[in-house]
Amino acid sequence: MSFWNQTLEIARVDLRVERRLGDTLRIVLPFAVVALMVFPLSLGIELATISRIGPAVFWALGILFGMQVALRQSAADTQERRDLHALLGVDPAARFVGRVLSGGVLMLAFLVVLFIAMVLIYGPTLPSGYWPTVLLGTVLFSIGLTELGTLAGEITAGLRNRTALASLIVAPLALPLVIGASQSLEALSRGTGILPWVLLMLATDLALAVIGVGMARPLEEATR
Amino acid sequence: MDLLVHLENAGVSLGGKPILRHVDFDLQPGQVAGVTGPNGSGKTTLIRMLTTLLRVSEGAGSILGADVNSDQVFAVRPSIGMIGHNPALIDELTLRENLVHVVRLAGLAEERVDPVLEVVGLDEASDRRADASSFGMRRRIEVAHLLLTRPRLLLLDEATSGLDNSARELIDALMDRTIGDGGGVVMVSHDHQRLDESCDEVMALSSGRLERAR
Repeated sequence: MSFWNQTLEIARVDLRVERRLGDTLRIVLPFAVVALMVFPLSLGIELATISRIGPAVFWALGILFGMQVALRQSAADTQERRDLHALLGVDPAARFVGRVLSGGVLMLAFLVVLFIAMVLIYGPTLPSGYWPTVLLGTVLFSIGLTELGTLAGEITAGLRNRTALASLIVAPLALPLVIGASQSLEALSRGTGILPWVLLMLATDLALAVIGVGMARPLEEATR
Repeated sequence: MDLLVHLENAGVSLGGKPILRHVDFDLQPGQVAGVTGPNGSGKTTLIRMLTTLLRVSEGAGSILGADVNSDQVFAVRPSIGMIGHNPALIDELTLRENLVHVVRLAGLAEERVDPVLEVVGLDEASDRRADASSFGMRRRIEVAHLLLTRPRLLLLDEATSGLDNSARELIDALMDRTIGDGGGVVMVSHDHQRLDESCDEVMALSSGRLERAR
């Protein structure tokens, strides 16, 4: 079976499992929306402040709850399943890309709904033409965070407290993504160029993709 | 005739602790080898070493012609089949979907799934989710998978534990098919009677060392 067929099969099955479990859209997302509502409640009727902090709160919650979305696959990954894939001849790189693909789709759906909820709750003053920038930032952020989560899941495979350890890896390494995504929207508001921030996210995504694909086999062999 | 497995003085260490030591083991095409031994003696480690998923820490040898100390083992893994302690199924998928997943990853035709489900007696229960299925049913899906992928080296790690007679017969049929195809079988079990009946030779594993029992 070709690399891409393996990749698509891994992604297809993961999305089917998610459709049945609903971890992302039925559990993580509602909690994230509730967390969005906590900030305005604590600030009272200061509508100007609420409006100003909306995008920042969105990205902060995006990283916090997004980590749970990014790490959901590794939480369900078992040694038996890893062995099965290896004995079927699945390329570890295809496994990595497949999981990033399905995780990225879920992350994007999660962030888009969370952004819409933020706009409705906070009513931020968004610059004209913000949608393409938000969408681009969200796509690049989703890819990068999913790559990080998948990579961290592979590094911590077989360890106790795997999810907690993986979070410790993801959180600091996701900083370039958070900075790039939040600053691109900020730059649009200021009327300055968004290119440096887009390039920062793109470079992070590409670096993680190269590391993830290149390290997939050595990591799989080392973590048995 | 080329040996399916040839190990010389092979050993495996985990976390710096030796689990298997000085293992000399040959398996010829058409041969069924049995391995027995007390709990913790290294039987599962031996099976995992034979899958090549656990790499040898010392010694030399080959499995299906691939040098165990080289990356050649990646290429022969699809010709190795294992039934371990826990069936490797995805709980949220149905039994049929689990088999389809395996068939797709193995690059086989999906049309072969339904006939083999009938062979293993799961044609009517195939839409049941794996996490709502009995251990025996899950095991039958693993047998169905191996009937489809036809491994040359079949490794059974207490594969018949907890199974009824009809499921045991399926595993026997799988062994017969593997032998008939010119492959070999290594069977780990505590059931001495079964080992005596099914195996050409039986080895005993004790404190990480493998010795001929009969």
